[in-house]
Amino acid sequence: MSWLAVILIVWPLAWVLNIVLVRSAFGGSRAVALAVPLIFGATLLLLWEGLVRHFNVMPVILPAPSAVWSTFLAMRETLWGDFVQTVVKGALSGYAIGCLAAFVAAILIDRSSFLTRGLLPIGNFVAALPIVGIAPILVSWFGFDWHSKAAVVVVMVFFPMLVNCVQGLRETEPMQRDLMRTYAASYWQGMAKLRLPAALPFIFNGLKISTTLALIGAVVAEYFGSPTRGMGFRISTGVGSLSIDLVWAEIMVAALAGTCLYGVVAWIEARLCFWHPSHRK
Amino acid sequence: MRAALPILTVIAVIGVLWYAAVPPMNIRVSLDLAERMGESVTPEGVAERRALSIAQLLISNPDRIGETFRLERPRLPTPGQVLTELWATTGAMALEGRGFSKRSLIYHGWITLRSTLAGFALGLALGLAGAVAITYARVAEKSLMPWAIISQTIPIVALAPMIVVLSSQIGVEGRGLPKAIISAYLCYFPILVGMVKGLNAPTDQQLDLLKTWSASGLQSFWKLRLPASMPYLFASLKVGIAAALVGTIVGELPTGAISGLGARILIGDQFGTPLAIWAALLAAAILAGALVTGLDAMQRTVLRRRGEGA
Repeated sequence: MSWLAVILIVWPLAWVLNIVLVRSAFGGSRAVALAVPLIFGATLLLLWEGLVRHFNVMPVILPAPSAVWSTFLAMRETLWGDFVQTVVKGALSGYAIGCLAAFVAAILIDRSSFLTRGLLPIGNFVAALPIVGIAPILVSWFGFDWHSKAAVVVVMVFFPMLVNCVQGLRETEPMQRDLMRTYAASYWQGMAKLRLPAALPFIFNGLKISTTLALIGAVVAEYFGSPTRGMGFRISTGVGSLSIDLVWAEIMVAALAGTCLYGVVAWIEARLCFWHPSHRK
Repeated sequence: MRAALPILTVIAVIGVLWYAAVPPMNIRVSLDLAERMGESVTPEGVAERRALSIAQLLISNPDRIGETFRLERPRLPTPGQVLTELWATTGAMALEGRGFSKRSLIYHGWITLRSTLAGFALGLALGLAGAVAITYARVAEKSLMPWAIISQTIPIVALAPMIVVLSSQIGVEGRGLPKAIISAYLCYFPILVGMVKGLNAPTDQQLDLLKTWSASGLQSFWKLRLPASMPYLFASLKVGIAAALVGTIVGELPTGAISGLGARILIGDQFGTPLAIWAALLAAAILAGALVTGLDAMQRTVLRRRGEGA
């Protein structure tokens, strides 16, 4: 049986299965919420695999998912080295420094309403700028190793994080702050018990936006010079030497890393912001 | 004016800090250059200077500090230098009638703007189609939404070179399309999320009212859901256009493009002309500001016509 026939049969079947699942009595359950996107994703993978096999697409143009997977297994050590270089050393250290710095800056700025009114519009503007472009400058300042990648990540995550933190700190109502004052709460007590918890949804929004930015920054910075390892390095040299399956394996690692990072932040958020309407069951 | 004063103050402080950072950033380059030109600097020899801190170098060469503001290839140029370079590659060239020559940033800005708008249109179409599908079909919401979220956690830059390779293999000429795909990928998500919220903004009462008027599904879409979603649409359009510009510049950076603002940054890096990088960055910032401000003005007009005030 040809691959095209398999696609033409399985695709509509999966489609109908999903519709049945959603409309069934279990439509609202967790299992269905998990199964439906998984079936959808699996169908897409099958579509990719089938089309590549049916049309005999050359592996230098688009390798099949199975070929990517076998490359992934064969090159585990290289991929792990790249992952450590780019994600752990470059992206995560920059992410931690940048987010922490923005958080501290937000608390300092928040004490003066003059500074808040001045910095919030500017921060909003800068957060909309294509800051990735600063990568070559920072690479020439901090050298080729992971320090320059971390620096790019710091600059990229700082402003979105700052804007979210500052906005979150303004989230409490005057009534609530007055209540804290009647309890004779000090500035830091009011901060810790009222304003920071109220700011958490905003802070996590910033943290979530920053996870993707961190990976983008770390990978782009490697296009401008890196030691002979790292995901951006492997991708740019892989495209040059036509080892496209390795590039796709690297993309897979990047996708997994990005999704896991986001998932971890979202998981912590769900634990800490259980009181927020968007997380109530 | 109450709003302008704090902003201007902050901008002024940033400018002062920037100028203050120039001498320490540039003093080593400046001293190396001066020594190569045969002038006397203290201490002599690159190796000796490397042992000293930047503060010591600044103190022992006070007459060199002025030079750090005027270097041709500074590590950190002054804002004035960047503005001069930007003017030299845009306004001055336009006055000479060479505004669209390949050395002018107007030309490169235009290339970037074109791909940004193409990607934005593509992302807008995708986002709107997805939002309509999600609003009307629960199976679409269940199967599309998780993947839409996951797609945004994937660093698109990793995919960018592959998109360029693929589209050139398929036989697409030029870099317009791959760049547009990359920016569409980045900008469809905010539009999708905003429009799902917007299309579901009408209350049950309003939807019921339309039902009592026996409005068809299409009519309730055009007359209630779509108008109700306008504020959400514009809020997400502003996020989306900024993302589209980032996408285009990212698409130009790693892929060996030769025109566009991202390519100017890349070329500036390869030829060691920092001023060109900074000018291209500033041009990109101005472009981003103009796009967002334009959408903001459009939003005000539309919302005022709908009687919602500015």
